[in-house]
Amino acid sequence: MIQQLRTATLVLIALTILTGGIYPLLVTAIAQLAFPHQANGGLIRQGERVAGSELIGQPFSGPHYFWGRLSATVPFPYNAAASSGSNFGPLHPGLKEAAEARIAALRAAGSPAGAIPVDLVTASASGLDPHISPAAAEFQVQRVAVSRRMSEDAVRELIGQSTEGRQLGVLGEPRVNVLQLNLALDRLQAK
Amino acid sequence: MTAAGLLQVGIYLGVLLACVKPLGSYMAKVYSGSAPLLEGVVGPLERLLYRLCGVDKSAEMTWRQYALAVLAFSLASFIAVYAWQRTQGWLPLNPQALPAVSPDSAFNTAVSFTTNTNWQGYGGETTMSYLTQMLALTVQNFVSAAAGMAVLMALIRGFTRHTSHTIGNFWVDLLRGTLYIFLPLSLVLAPLLVSQGVVQTFAASHEVRLLQPTVDAEGKKVTTQAIAVGPAASQIAIKQLGTNGGGFFNVNSSHPLENPTPLSNFLELLAILLIPAALCHTFGELVGDRRQGWALLAAMLVIFAPLLASTTICEQSGNPLLAQLGADQAASDSQPGGNMEGKENRFGIANSTLWAVATTAASNGSVNSMHDSYTPLGGLVPMWLMQLGEVVFGGVGSGLYGMLLFAIVAVFLSGLMVGRTPEYLGKKLGAFEMKMASLAILFPCAMVLVGTAVAISSDSGRETIFNTGPHGFSEVLYAFSSAGNNNGSAFAGLGANTPFYNGLLGLSMLVGRFWVMLPVLAIAGSLASKKSVPVGPGTLPTHTPLFVVLLVAVVIVVGALSFFPALALGPIVEHLLMAAAL
Repeated sequence: MIQQLRTATLVLIALTILTGGIYPLLVTAIAQLAFPHQANGGLIRQGERVAGSELIGQPFSGPHYFWGRLSATVPFPYNAAASSGSNFGPLHPGLKEAAEARIAALRAAGSPAGAIPVDLVTASASGLDPHISPAAAEFQVQRVAVSRRMSEDAVRELIGQSTEGRQLGVLGEPRVNVLQLNLALDRLQAK
Repeated sequence: MTAAGLLQVGIYLGVLLACVKPLGSYMAKVYSGSAPLLEGVVGPLERLLYRLCGVDKSAEMTWRQYALAVLAFSLASFIAVYAWQRTQGWLPLNPQALPAVSPDSAFNTAVSFTTNTNWQGYGGETTMSYLTQMLALTVQNFVSAAAGMAVLMALIRGFTRHTSHTIGNFWVDLLRGTLYIFLPLSLVLAPLLVSQGVVQTFAASHEVRLLQPTVDAEGKKVTTQAIAVGPAASQIAIKQLGTNGGGFFNVNSSHPLENPTPLSNFLELLAILLIPAALCHTFGELVGDRRQGWALLAAMLVIFAPLLASTTICEQSGNPLLAQLGADQAASDSQPGGNMEGKENRFGIANSTLWAVATTAASNGSVNSMHDSYTPLGGLVPMWLMQLGEVVFGGVGSGLYGMLLFAIVAVFLSGLMVGRTPEYLGKKLGAFEMKMASLAILFPCAMVLVGTAVAISSDSGRETIFNTGPHGFSEVLYAFSSAGNNNGSAFAGLGANTPFYNGLLGLSMLVGRFWVMLPVLAIAGSLASKKSVPVGPGTLPTHTPLFVVLLVAVVIVVGALSFFPALALGPIVEHLLMAAAL
């Protein structure tokens, strides 16, 4: 047993150096050389300022911005330092309350009547989902256009620019990047 | 199920099955002593490690020595992982200045990662320093997986050797699995993941000014967002490949920086089942009859496919309560629809449920959606897949040796039916093998049920349940199913980072790992010492559809009989309540 423990310790030390030291450092070197933008979080830069990440959503509540998924992170929504889902079961009262509050807020901000795409009234798994469905974007076109005094078609054109289709034509779901869309709206009107 | 979803599942299974044969053959070569493909690069490193660690490559072990070696290595690993966590506050590579992990949480995590469970009682980005993630957790992602594979190889040698007292050398199996299989595959996968946007950096988190300020729970204005990053890709690659599942971030592979695109999702999903599926072929090659491996793989797929379909249908049909409020849950070209609570838009329904079923079929336990928020019957499936004992693909190594235990039981049952001594792969199965197989199958089942009962009937167990009613019960049952079968996924609402759960779940994980592993090694030793018997007219062929059906039936019956009453108290009642609430 003593002999076995000695070998166990030596093997563990050797493999710690190899798989815990050399391996992650090697991957970091490859990543930083080949894909520096992705490896550092896909940051969106506007001049000197970092405006956000392509992959991390931000909270929006003004009528002139597109809104994303609900976020259950604490203590504030879209806290990217502590990702979290709501973990509401399908019958949890909190699920209904959150959805009702969102629906009320959407209506108060001037969204049209009618069925609301489900991704706008549910919290994402990470609390950081950067995307909404094209249906959820379309649902908000009228409100944003009125609020910004733009034509709906101009807004739709920007949506098109922020929309990603299925990857390689088949994988995943079509989706709209909310932060990039809102940045594009601000850029257009700043001109 | 939508057409687009069906197509993606089809592509996934197609690519997976196409990899089974080449990778399976390669692994068979690795464990039988030759590895032509990477010998030139890895060989010198392998020989260097043998010399440094004082391992005699040609020394063979009896099953008791092999078991002692496994236990010694697991013990050393446990102490190391515990120590790294408790001292991280004083060590470098800790840009967020995180303090030492609490003793009970560190115990739980140390057990969790050395048993290949990778249950996360903690939130990665708020608990573990970069150094701990690398030197404690990434290392265990490799070696606990390689240890599981080693035990499988020992069992296979039990079938292939005759009148032998030895079943191989644990150190050689451990090192070769790590060097020839896990490291090369991880080195390919990790950069691919980075190309999709998985972060890999040692920088501290990024401060970003929000485009529109928001308010926190206390009504204070929040103008910035801190984006946690870190050396994630290197850990994610092996977390998926080694059926580990412990994420870099709290929400695991639903985090956009851990699983950013549908392609990264596809690769991570493929990595979940890749090795467990290919090992079936490895098994077939090593026992000298490939059909034996394909029969086991077929049995796994027969259980997998209908369960995948049912979860997907449940989730796609959505939550009737949200429909009442006016939510549009119908799938269309412009939205995935369905029950989107706890799911990400880039994955929609099909990729979330495929992941949920794959991760619980294999003992991976990573998630890309929150299982706690699934519809009652949609969430029942992942729970039940774990309760089947993690044998439908299962963990790397541990899944297949678990399935072989069921195969032994199936052969025994059919032997009883026709009144002949049962034999499997040329070995007569005696009372000893049957006792060991039954112990290994039944005791973890009991551990799950007893653990759940203890938690439900004690105040400290009930205190941290998040959801009310039957769903709260499901949270606890899910936690013990996950720990007792070394899966590691969670109905994450349960506040499991308490001394009570850290301790009890830690114990379940130890039982789930070693109470199965040791009987398996005992069977391996016993089989290896037996003579090989030639196939006779009374031998039940174990590569036929008939045997596949028999094997599936045994797995299902044991799983259903053990857990149906408990499931009835949780998800099934909840489903009825949901229907009644309309």
